[in-house]
Amino acid sequence: MKKYLHVVNIGIQNQLVYRTNFFFRAAFGLIPLTATLMLWRAIYEGNDGGEVAGYGLAQMVSYYLIITIVDALTAVNEDDWQIAADIKDGNISQFLLKPIDYLAYRFCLFVTGRAIYTVVAIVPVGLFILYLNRYLVAPASVEAAMVFGASVILTALLQFFISYTMALLAFWVLEVATLIFVLFAFEYIAGGHLFPLDILPPAIQSILEFTPFPYLLYFPVSVYLGRVEGDAMWTGLATQAGWVVGAFLLARFVWSRGIKKYSAVGG
Amino acid sequence: MNPAPPGPSGPLAGLRRYASIYGALWRNSVVREMMFKANFLMWIVVETLWFGLQLSFMAVIYSHTDRIATWSKWEVILLVGAAQFIQQIFHGIFLNNCTQLSENIRTGKLDFMLLLPVNTRFLISMRTVDLGSFVNAGLAVAVMFYAAARIPISPGLAEITGFLLLCVAGILIHYSLMFALSCVSFFTVKAQGIVWGYYNLFNIARLPDTAFRGFFRIFFTFAVPMLIVANVPVKLLADKLSSPLEMLLLVGMAAGCFGFSEWVWRKSVRNYTSASS
Repeated sequence: MKKYLHVVNIGIQNQLVYRTNFFFRAAFGLIPLTATLMLWRAIYEGNDGGEVAGYGLAQMVSYYLIITIVDALTAVNEDDWQIAADIKDGNISQFLLKPIDYLAYRFCLFVTGRAIYTVVAIVPVGLFILYLNRYLVAPASVEAAMVFGASVILTALLQFFISYTMALLAFWVLEVATLIFVLFAFEYIAGGHLFPLDILPPAIQSILEFTPFPYLLYFPVSVYLGRVEGDAMWTGLATQAGWVVGAFLLARFVWSRGIKKYSAVGG
Repeated sequence: MNPAPPGPSGPLAGLRRYASIYGALWRNSVVREMMFKANFLMWIVVETLWFGLQLSFMAVIYSHTDRIATWSKWEVILLVGAAQFIQQIFHGIFLNNCTQLSENIRTGKLDFMLLLPVNTRFLISMRTVDLGSFVNAGLAVAVMFYAAARIPISPGLAEITGFLLLCVAGILIHYSLMFALSCVSFFTVKAQGIVWGYYNLFNIARLPDTAFRGFFRIFFTFAVPMLIVANVPVKLLADKLSSPLEMLLLVGMAAGCFGFSEWVWRKSVRNYTSASS
């Protein structure tokens, strides 16, 4: 355990190097967000202040604000590129020789990366939310707030395991960047980044329920806003946990297959 | 700035010379792209996916409303198509070269380019061509045709010519701002992150202008003119211009942005002391 604390320590120092980068990323990210919010405001004004698929304006604005927070806490940043590069450049050999588990190692780095990013992003994002505070609704209930917290952690785990598994494809394919981008594109729309998933036509929604995508971002936010309550909320949380376990097992499996294929190019 | 080329002089000869250089650069890029065919095709797929994403975003929104401010559904689809067209042409000719500048500075390759007997800005801005982007631009044009038929509008030759000229102005704005920002690399090594972060702003170009108000609208019209780059050409096509002055504004902003980028470039090169050699 102690050696992983060491990794965390190194991770923090490494990530601090990118603090300016993180700051710009968080600050620039607010501009498209503002644009989306203004777009929705124009839509609501055209609708005579009514609702869109059961969302009032405040709920819709809150949706995007919570998405921004959950995304800052859970999104995989450079980790997948780094893993793919480690494999491609043969850097992974050194981990095979050391008594260190690569998945645990990467996970420590992921957690530190998110922690540092969140600390840096708190200033611009916090000011932004403070400015819009009259639109920010509170969690639907105490129960919802607690499930939200648990679900955010599961979201982070799911994000990490899926990205990790994708990056491991570098054992077989030379250029994983395009695959990562394709996945990212799907996640962007089917994860609820662009809009709340429950404004989609019901047929598409019911298909999405059989995929992990809603659990990559949308689910915790819908719990927070009270769109999912009672039994459905607990079932959702259990399903999310199921996806996390599944993604973890898949990551282990792909690793064990990949390592057999690995030939330490340039190592 | 650069020594006169040998051989016949005069503006026409200069133009012909640059055209032949650019032709050679094109051939070079084609050869390079064809070495990685699968990669080339995959990137087209990725870009198409993102384009489809933007279109479906608008489709979903319009399943809940008839209008966003003054814009109807197919007008916005036309706008998303035009914004994609402009962005992809910019992508094909300029983007990779702009983002490459920091690398050229870091590795000292820029020294070599400064020595070549061509305009250095021309060389670093247009050295490689991204062919896949032209395929994507073609797809965007197809979407535009479909949207135009659904609005419905049937623009004449004059409107289409005007539209294309305004697109050139839009591309020039994208390029000038991106190039000016890339020049930050002359002063800090970490510029690439800022450049990519900034590139996200280009997505604002595909949103309907009248949805925005206040400071946001003013800033993205007169300071970073993203809200006119694609909106004005489309408004000409769809007969939505509130006054011809809007076109003048786009052309004026394009000239202004280009002038600004040239000023930044000259200042930066004057500061350049080479990286390592």
